[in-house]
Parts: sequence; C-alpha cells; structure tokens
Amino acid sequence: MNFKNKIKSKSFQLVCSLLVVITIGAIALSCNPDETQDVTNFNNLTMQDEFNVDGAPNNAMWTYNIGTGDNGWGNGELQYYTDRPENVVVEDGMLKITAIQEDFEGSGYTSARILTKGLFEQQYGRFEARMKLPFGKGMWPAFWLLGANIQEGPEDPDNPATVVWPLCGEIDIMENGGSKPTIISGAVHGPGYSGGNAISKEYAFENSRVDEFHIYGIEWGPNYINYYVDDVLYNQIKPDDVTGDWVFNNGPFFIIINLAVGGAFDGNPNANTVFPQEMLVDYVRVYSAN
Amino acid sequence: MMKNKINIKLKLIFLSVLVMVLITGCERDASDDVTLATFPNVADIFTDAPVGLTDEFFESFDPAFGANTNGFGTDDNEAFEGTTSIRIDVPTPTDPDGGFIGGIFRDRGAGRDLTGYDALTFWAKGSTTAAIGTVGFGSDFVEDKYAVSINDLELSTDWRKYIIPIPDPSKLVQERGMFLFSAGTQSTNGVGFTFWIDELRFESLGTLGQPRPAILGGQDQTAQANVDTSLPIIGLTYTANTGSGQDVTVSATPYYFDFSSSNPFVASVSENGVVTVDGPGENGDNTSLITASVAGVSASGSLTVQATNINVISIFSDVFANVPVDNYNGFYEPFQTTLGGAIDENGNNIIDYTMLNFVAIEYYGREGSGVPPIDATEMTHLHIEFRVNETVDASDYINMELHNNFTLPNGILGSYQISGTDLASNEWVEFDIPLSDFAGLSARDALGMMLFVSDGTISNLSLDNIYFYAEN
Repeated sequence: MNFKNKIKSKSFQLVCSLLVVITIGAIALSCNPDETQDVTNFNNLTMQDEFNVDGAPNNAMWTYNIGTGDNGWGNGELQYYTDRPENVVVEDGMLKITAIQEDFEGSGYTSARILTKGLFEQQYGRFEARMKLPFGKGMWPAFWLLGANIQEGPEDPDNPATVVWPLCGEIDIMENGGSKPTIISGAVHGPGYSGGNAISKEYAFENSRVDEFHIYGIEWGPNYINYYVDDVLYNQIKPDDVTGDWVFNNGPFFIIINLAVGGAFDGNPNANTVFPQEMLVDYVRVYSAN
Repeated sequence: MMKNKINIKLKLIFLSVLVMVLITGCERDASDDVTLATFPNVADIFTDAPVGLTDEFFESFDPAFGANTNGFGTDDNEAFEGTTSIRIDVPTPTDPDGGFIGGIFRDRGAGRDLTGYDALTFWAKGSTTAAIGTVGFGSDFVEDKYAVSINDLELSTDWRKYIIPIPDPSKLVQERGMFLFSAGTQSTNGVGFTFWIDELRFESLGTLGQPRPAILGGQDQTAQANVDTSLPIIGLTYTANTGSGQDVTVSATPYYFDFSSSNPFVASVSENGVVTVDGPGENGDNTSLITASVAGVSASGSLTVQATNINVISIFSDVFANVPVDNYNGFYEPFQTTLGGAIDENGNNIIDYTMLNFVAIEYYGREGSGVPPIDATEMTHLHIEFRVNETVDASDYINMELHNNFTLPNGILGSYQISGTDLASNEWVEFDIPLSDFAGLSARDALGMMLFVSDGTISNLSLDNIYFYAEN
C-alpha cells in the first residue's frame, strides 16, 4: 500500500509539473489550441548494440534469465532458458536466439532470454530493435521493458524501493504469436491492467510478415507511450487509457529480449511447428530526449 | 482509338525521357538501362466478366475422356463482389455427357508477365462443403511448362478466399495458362454440386513466407541405374505459409526447380527434372547426389544415384525405364478379390494391393494391346521388394508364378514360394531370386504374366522395384 501511495504522490507531482509545461505550451501555440501536442525528439543515443562482435552477447550490456522461472515464467511456457551458444549467440552481425526441441533439465525445449537489468536502465526515450521473428504455432518472441524497481519474489519490507509485478510496470514493445505471421502487438501492464487485462493493441502487416526484418519501437515520455512498427505510429497509450495507476513516470526500465515456446500467448507448438526456430536481432538502439 | 492511345503513350514516354535526360544530365550509360520487351502484366482473370481471355473463355478437358462441357457458365445471382460470378455445376459420375468437369482459362494474347505477383487468388463458395479435385494455373494445353496445382480444395458454403502461391514468379515472363480446375464428386459420394468462383486474379500479397520446396516428397531416396538410362524426379511440391498462418502446398512442374548433380561424371539432370546416368564415375566414386532448389531455397529430399552396370528388364520401378505392361492388376473375375494397383505414395511410385487372395501383373498383349512378352533368356535374377502392410505370421506366404507363353497352348509356368518368415510387417524387404529357382520354368523367352497368390494369408501387400536382371 505504501508503494502505491508513493507512486500516486509522485504521479501527482509529475502531473502538476506537466500541466505547467502543457499550459506554457498551449500559450505559446495559442493560435490553434486544438492541435497542441508534446513533440519530443529522442535523438540522443544512449545505448546501442549492433551485434557486430561474434560470440556471446556483450556482458557489459546483457545478462541472462536461466531456467523455467515460476510456472514457465508465469505463463505456462515450455522452454528452459539457457546461456548456451546453441540458444543465444552473436554471429553474422546478428543476435540469434534459437528455440530448440530437446530434452533439457526436464523441459522439452530450450531457448534464451537476455536482459539489461542492472547494466542499462533508462526512463523515457526511444527504444527500438530491428528484428526478424521466428515462425510457427507456439513461438512467442518478445521485445519488452520492465520497471527496474521490480521485486523478484515476494515483497521485501527491508527493501521498500522495490515493488512486485505489475506495480513495477511492463511495456511490451513487440510480442508475436507464431501462428499469426502478420500480427504483432504492443501493450502495457500495470496495477489493475495486467496479464489478460493488459492495455494492448495489435498491428497487422498488409504486405509483409514478421519473419522478415522490421523495426519495432516505442517513444516513451511523461504520460505517453507511442508504439511504432517501421515508420508507422499505430498506437498511443496515455494515463486515461489504463484502468489503474500510471506507473510509467516512476523511474527507469530495463530491456528484455526473449523467445518463449508455448504458454498462454499463442498456445503450445503443434505437429506443424518446425524446429529449431531462430529469432534474429540486427540491432537494439535507445535514445533519450535532446 | 488504338492509335490515339498509342500516341498519348508515346507523348508520355517522350516527356519522361526528356525529363530523365534533363535529370541525368551528362549520364552516358543509358544503354545499361535498356530493358527487354515484356508482356502485359494484367492481373485480373475474372471480375464480373473474363478479362483478356480467349473467346472460348472456358476450354474444357477432352470430352472423350469424360469431361462434361455443360456445367460451366456465369451467374448473375451470385457474386462475392460486383454482379457476376463463375458458376460450375459438377456432374454425377454417371452423367451421360461426362462424369466430371474441368478445363482451363487461357490468355488471349501471347501471354502475361506474372513476375510481379506471388499468388493466384480467388473467392469461392460451394452449394455444399465439397472439395474441388484440382485447382491451379500454368496449363495452356500447349506446353503446361509452369503448371502449379493444389488438390482437394475444401469449399465452404460461405465465400472464402483461396491462395495458390507461385513457387518462383521470376519464371513466369510469358504465361498463357491463367487458371485450371477439375472437379468430380469424389468428396460427395457421387452427388452433384455447384460451386462459384469470383474475383480471380494474380496478386502480389507480400504476406507469403517460409518457402519450402521439396522433391521426391521430401524423402532422401537412393537408386541404382545403368549408364545411359534415365529416371524422372517426381514428387515436386512447394509449400508456403500464408498471412493467416496456414501452410499451403502445391504441386509444381520441374521447370520451377533448379537441379544439381554433385558428380557430373555420374549423372546430370535436365531442366524438366530427368536424371540421366552419364557414366560410371571416376576414381571409384560411382554415386551422385541429386538436389534441387526453387528461387535459391534448397528443396528437401534428394536422390543418391549409383551408376551400375547390370542388364535390366524392368517391369515396375522408379529407377529403370520400364517395359510396357498390360496392367498391374489383371482383375480375374469372379474368384479374385484383390483390389488396387500402381499408386504414388509420397512421391514414390509403388504397387499397392488390398484384399489380396491372388493377383497378376500382365505383359503379354492382353486384348490385342500389342504389349510384347518379355524375353528374359539372358536374365539371371528377378529383383522384387515386398512390404506387408499388416502383421506377418510365419505361416503366411506369397506363391509367385512366372508364366511363359501365357494363354498359349504351349504355355508353362515356374513357381517360387516366399515364406512369412522372410517378410516383415510394414517394412520393405528386398529379394533377388535366381530365375533357376522358379521350379518348372524350363523356358523364359516369352514371359507374359507374374502371379502372386497369398490365399488371404496376407491381405495388404505393397510391391516395388520389380525387374529381371543379369549382372555383367
């Protein structure tokens, strides 16, 4: 409860200061107040991995989640995440995450999930990655952010700076279910709007597919998150859109890139799913406001 | 009118050229930009009326082979879009005017440039949930060079969009075969039905992916073949994934495939997919691996050819050129129960029998067919492969008979028994039987019939690679 209050008061402060900014902006553009909007340019490169050095991902930037988490990372996922080169490697100028069908530590599949937790965390900015996704029922690739104040496991009274999911906030820049090769979605999860109730929107490719290269990104600023595919802005989520507290003005988030197999999002693989499956990431780039 | 149009076009071209010249300035490499003449790239085939097709619109398969030409027309009361659709009434198998309906639509000009498209698409619905036997394009009743087809297309009673991927559009620079269909009542137990087709066109969808070509049904097969013999690569398919995540597999002609032979001293492949064994190989290596690709994507499946030097008279095999036969099932009434004959099993031609009591393969010129009997005097062995498609008991058997001068007064026969203990359930077993082991076969200069008798001890039996040979 304490955390929630804190968040609220913080939000309130931010909302107040934003109001001031908006008022000033409105005055400045008073000739046409209906078209006032915050335009922030995120041109200041703060993090970049072009995946040009062969081998394991750069350990100054990326760490790993290993294993199966709690109940398949909370989603009934079937894979065991490893840091083996079979599952995650940089080669040919790409990060390659490979889902393999094999018996491994009691799981039927292996794959990988890398994250920048403790290595790169940022509040606001443009986060983008150029990716080619895998294919087939049961594939669940994702490029997403989690609030860096996340408390893994139960709440820890000795560490009031941390909160459990979904209070920490989650921004899904891109998720795809492998049975739908032309559809991706972007979402936010927070208190009162998580899991199946996340605030989400799909984007459908008209003349292309997810197993071709595309750029997935967000532009995230105070009280808004804009969702992009390539050069198309397909959604904006603001505090009015979420059915709970806005938890995206509270601090920095870290990046996660993973390829899950099975679970709630696209169901489990079927007989037609081809293994191994590969997710390619050409680059990850993050910018802050000028 | 035509002239005016051309004039306008010419003016436009002149203007654009002028603009280009102005833009490119002193660029002198214009000759590199010269493109070859191309054919029209009209996409539409039928919207509310045929688009650019021959006057016949629908060109039927030959009525002499049972094609019914009555059931084709258009329907102003049904359309997915606009006013009119194509209506096809599928006849019953006993219809005196023909038991199935099918044919092609052909471009009325010299052909179309389809290189900018990736699929043939159309909307269709059925009067019932039947299946259309074959649907495709690329057949022009002349070459049928780039034919593509899909089998057993499931109809719904609502309009539904269908997508037939083009394996390699770059091949279709001048295609006249716009559409092909063939429909019978196999899926409705002989009950006639109607289906409608609308908005038939080539499209550039951009949402097709995961191309997966295959040869030989995707299997890795091996074959022995004599120098100077040929064998076709069959089982050619192309699978693509549509935007809705469905895999669609089409059959495609060899011309879409680029074949390669790993050992040119042993084998080569023609562009129509026929492997020719050119020589015995060098340095003791008498094998060549035949593989293929479509538009740069490797096909699954391969053929390892081993050049051999044996004299062969082949009755049934994918490996050797077969001699003509009368049939693979003589259907001896009234005592024979055996059904079946030659089939294509995942790209491998086999003979498949069910309800076997006895069955004959005949090659003596039955009913004046002109098939000559086989002179196997110079041959030493019979090669044959059996697969029992059920449980095998030790007491099961196949009694084989070879008949010389079959049906003639001086006819004789030789017999040989294969015991159940030498067979395996659901597995191919090869036999190389010396012809001298066929008891009673005192002459083999006019073999005309091969009999298999199981007396029901084995009911479900497959056969493959039946040939006489002599090792050189």
